[in-house]
Amino acid sequence: MRTFRGGVHPHDHKELAREAAIEPVPLPERLVVSMNQQLGAPAKAVVEPGAEVLRGELLGEAGGFVSAPVHAPTSGRVVDVAPHPHPVAGSAPAVVIEPDGRDAWAEGCDRDSGERLDAVEPGEIVARIREAGVVGMGGATFPTHVKLSPPKDKSIEVVILNGCECEPYLTADHRLMLERTAEVVSGLRLLVKAVGASRGVIGVEANKPDAAQALSGLAAEFGFPVEVLRVKYPQGAEKQLIKALTGREVPSGGLPMDVGCLVQNVGTAVAAHEAVLRARPVTERVCTVTGRGAARPGNYLVRVGMPMAHLLAHAGVRGGVRRLVLGGPMMGLAQWTADVPVLKGTSGVLALMDAPEWKTRACISCGRCVEGCPSYLVPSRLSILAEAGAFSEMIDEANALDCIECGVCTYVCPARRPIVQWIRQAKWEARIRKMKADRVRAEEAKRAQEKESAATA
Amino acid sequence: MSEAPEKREAAPVELGTLVVSSSPHLRAPDSIGQIMWTVVLALLPAFCAAVYVFGIDAARVTLLAVAAAVATEAACQALRRERVTVSDGSAVVTGVLLAFVLPADVSWYVPVVGSIVAIAVAKQAFGGLGCNFFNPALIGRAFLQFAFADQVTLAKWRFLPAHAFSDLLGSGVDAVSQATPLAVLKGAPGPAGLDALYRQYGLGDLVLGNVPGSIGEVSAFALLLGGLILVANRCINWRLPAAMIATVAISVLLLPVREGGAFTGGFVSILHGGALAQGKLALYHLFAGGLFLGAFFMATDMVTSPITARGQIVFGVGAGLLVALIRLYGGYPEGVCYAILLMNAARPLIDRYTRPRVFGTKRRKEAERA
Amino acid sequence: MISLAPPLMPVLAAADAAPSPVGTVALSILVVGLLGAVFGIILFVASKKFAVKTDPRVEEVLGALPGANCGACGLAGCPAYAEGVVLKGLAVNLCAPGGAKAAKMIAAVMGVEPGESERRVSVLRCRGSRARAKERMEYRGVADCRAAALVLGGPKACTYGCLGLGTCVEACPFGAIVMGADGLPHVLEARCTACGRCVDACPRHLYVLAPEKRTVHVLCSSRDPGRATRAACEVGCIACKACERACKFDAIHVVDNLAVIDEEKCKNCGACVRACPQAIIGDFRKMRKALAASARSATNAGGEAAAS
Repeated sequence: MRTFRGGVHPHDHKELAREAAIEPVPLPERLVVSMNQQLGAPAKAVVEPGAEVLRGELLGEAGGFVSAPVHAPTSGRVVDVAPHPHPVAGSAPAVVIEPDGRDAWAEGCDRDSGERLDAVEPGEIVARIREAGVVGMGGATFPTHVKLSPPKDKSIEVVILNGCECEPYLTADHRLMLERTAEVVSGLRLLVKAVGASRGVIGVEANKPDAAQALSGLAAEFGFPVEVLRVKYPQGAEKQLIKALTGREVPSGGLPMDVGCLVQNVGTAVAAHEAVLRARPVTERVCTVTGRGAARPGNYLVRVGMPMAHLLAHAGVRGGVRRLVLGGPMMGLAQWTADVPVLKGTSGVLALMDAPEWKTRACISCGRCVEGCPSYLVPSRLSILAEAGAFSEMIDEANALDCIECGVCTYVCPARRPIVQWIRQAKWEARIRKMKADRVRAEEAKRAQEKESAATA
Repeated sequence: MSEAPEKREAAPVELGTLVVSSSPHLRAPDSIGQIMWTVVLALLPAFCAAVYVFGIDAARVTLLAVAAAVATEAACQALRRERVTVSDGSAVVTGVLLAFVLPADVSWYVPVVGSIVAIAVAKQAFGGLGCNFFNPALIGRAFLQFAFADQVTLAKWRFLPAHAFSDLLGSGVDAVSQATPLAVLKGAPGPAGLDALYRQYGLGDLVLGNVPGSIGEVSAFALLLGGLILVANRCINWRLPAAMIATVAISVLLLPVREGGAFTGGFVSILHGGALAQGKLALYHLFAGGLFLGAFFMATDMVTSPITARGQIVFGVGAGLLVALIRLYGGYPEGVCYAILLMNAARPLIDRYTRPRVFGTKRRKEAERA
Repeated sequence: MISLAPPLMPVLAAADAAPSPVGTVALSILVVGLLGAVFGIILFVASKKFAVKTDPRVEEVLGALPGANCGACGLAGCPAYAEGVVLKGLAVNLCAPGGAKAAKMIAAVMGVEPGESERRVSVLRCRGSRARAKERMEYRGVADCRAAALVLGGPKACTYGCLGLGTCVEACPFGAIVMGADGLPHVLEARCTACGRCVDACPRHLYVLAPEKRTVHVLCSSRDPGRATRAACEVGCIACKACERACKFDAIHVVDNLAVIDEEKCKNCGACVRACPQAIIGDFRKMRKALAASARSATNAGGEAAAS
């Protein structure tokens, strides 16, 4: 079984939600559709309070090329356009919608065009994906159309679908592969055609044999192998997936396209299918609500903008929950309030009853972090440099920028050192320093220019 | 796929103040304490063998060393107003290892002073666990070597015959003072004296522990068992001890010694058809002395050994070479203690030059940046 | 020793012949003394031959500096600043810790006028202690304000306020900031040299270096609207404009939900201090007077002790 070097095997806790079929969640009183749903520029609201909107109607247009539009998740009335709490950014502009209960699609949306996949041109595929606001559904939320538009000198040879779902607790992708198999494969065909790749492959971890089985029959018809990969976190990380499936290493500071690859989550493939062949912009997604704090753990089909508190109540999350994590436990963001909305990238919500205290100690040089790091770094050295405040050295001498923040080092560390937090701090300090240096350089340039123009005047 | 679900407001969920920290939100169960106590467990077979061979004295020395080590660490941490962490077992490990490199009949103050030096000077003075440069137990031993040379010297050690508990039952078996196998070798290094040596202490004696020596080093079998426990629990990397042991074997196999005015043994012996005999000597060297104890329990001390697999191999080879050189050419019959201490000193250098290639880079470019 | 043996032969022979303790001691003293002299001569010659030519004024300027290497002058340490002054013509009054005294001494060395240098101190513009400013989460992680601020904006409900984890305390090279028991750092003005390290360290930019003679400061940095501020903290600026109304010199205005003092116009009268319902404008006059008085009495006492 193929795999990558490094990684770790936490208990996957997937038994809590694995068997739960995807089920929709009743609409709440209000939906808070954030304009900040993707990496890149936030969207710009194009509706005003009081406007009546239909499902799939444009609420915010893309804020640039590396951005994506946002659409109404249901029909109703816009009641507010203002900053609202956001689970990542703290606060972001949002369009608040009061559903009217009809859930009517906008004109032109949600139709079975009857088009055959072969009839749609690659450029049209990318355009429809862009207009539908499709972003990476694995959680990274990178605008998909940008990934599908590599520069002329970079060609994509293989499209890889990530069906690994390597984070513990999460099972949304697993259910998608089981219940919406045809859409997954159709999505892959569309992506392959959009970039003109010569082949496509689906990577599934060995703890999902039923999904691998369901996919292989259908995928084989179109020549897409389904590769079963060894269960190891973070197999689903882009670079590690490419390494395991193709043996190629994405160059440091580079992108998958540099080795002729394109990676997309299976959820993104489904969204691409919906966007291109069913004219449905992104309005909903499957989200796993799990953890011992949830009385009814499961994989819920939630509308974008659904308040977290509503979703949690539906899943039976009770008091006594000590930690609320958006995403998986290894890379997810712990929240301090449930008063935030579901975003396009919210793959899971964990309601954890425990909050163990971990006392940080000095590094004992045990080497487990070095063994586990999938980027082949020396996290121990990074942590020691961070404790000494040597953040620039972390970047320049210890390759902190190559860290994918997967959390393996911090997970295995017996000294309970907060390595990932330190690395994040180093990256931030480097960004601040660069901004300051850029500003100083700009001021100096301005002063030099003024001196020159004064001299010539 | 999704029909219009009815609008319904579910009962709001009451969440108190939530705990927020940076990801990851899970930790592996292995803590420092778990690792250290596993090491203590791995030392148990050797401890049992020691008590069997040397009697209650072995337990006495071990207990004294451990008690002194724990007390010293607690005192140092309390004085510096730090959290006292003796429950993590690292001081216990140091105490046991220090006891294991001492003879069983030392006076009470020898293990006590050794532990105090090991913990207070070699560990706490550097900043505590994780900050020390040298293996604390070996520093303690080295200190005792010159502070109480007559009690600690390796040349002639008291050897109580097997079934030493007969002492307690008053059968009045006297202790015997005999040279250790390595001491005998040091006196007569050439192939000529080997037959006499093998008659005195056979390979089997070495494996079981039926030989004179320090408390913990005699039973190769018990130490090997302990080593396996450590590897199975991922407390140590198998590469380091393997490299060290293999290097000792190969070095003894190939390096000649001076006897009289001529070179014998080593490749000289092999060239004259004595390969088998030389091989037996190499094997003998592996089981004799403190090599297994050093390779599995001392050299592998996490804090003072390299952090990458490649670095650990370099460390093992270096230590093995030094052990062989000291044993064959040096002033002492046993070289494990100093070999490891010297490699500890080289460890930062090894770590610097064995940094792994970063994912997505080519080897040469990264070596320049270091 | 071998090369010295011939001249010492008679001495050695004598020592061998009569190994008296006095003879041995005398011989040892002679040998070691000779070696010392030889090496001393070598070192002296080397120090002259390989000496690096420096402007002697650099040493003098360096002597006038406090030697803390804090970087407030903008250079990487006191030796760098000393070189900069002598060789590159930098201003003589850039050393904040050295203050007016150092500026005068350096000016004397360089033969220039010392220039203006008024004493500045660091002021923390936040009063959100643990008791007064609400925490919205239980933060666990690196105990550093800069690290904590990155975790969803930090544990305090007010996203502008002090996080109380002590990064400024660590950063101050003069020990002039201490963490109060209430979770708010406290500037010991007597020790503050206005080097600016705390200003750089605080991720919320709460510190400001202000001239000592400015005694009135707004001790809040929250730009949240009034209701949000009050929900987050008992001592936050709610932009009620009472201070604006009370000021006779048009020196304080509410800008972006926060009261801001115009330093050109402010006369330190303290009217706004009395008017503020949240008690967030501080008047440092009394405290500084008391500090100065105790400093004077200390020197007086010292003078008396010296005289007696």
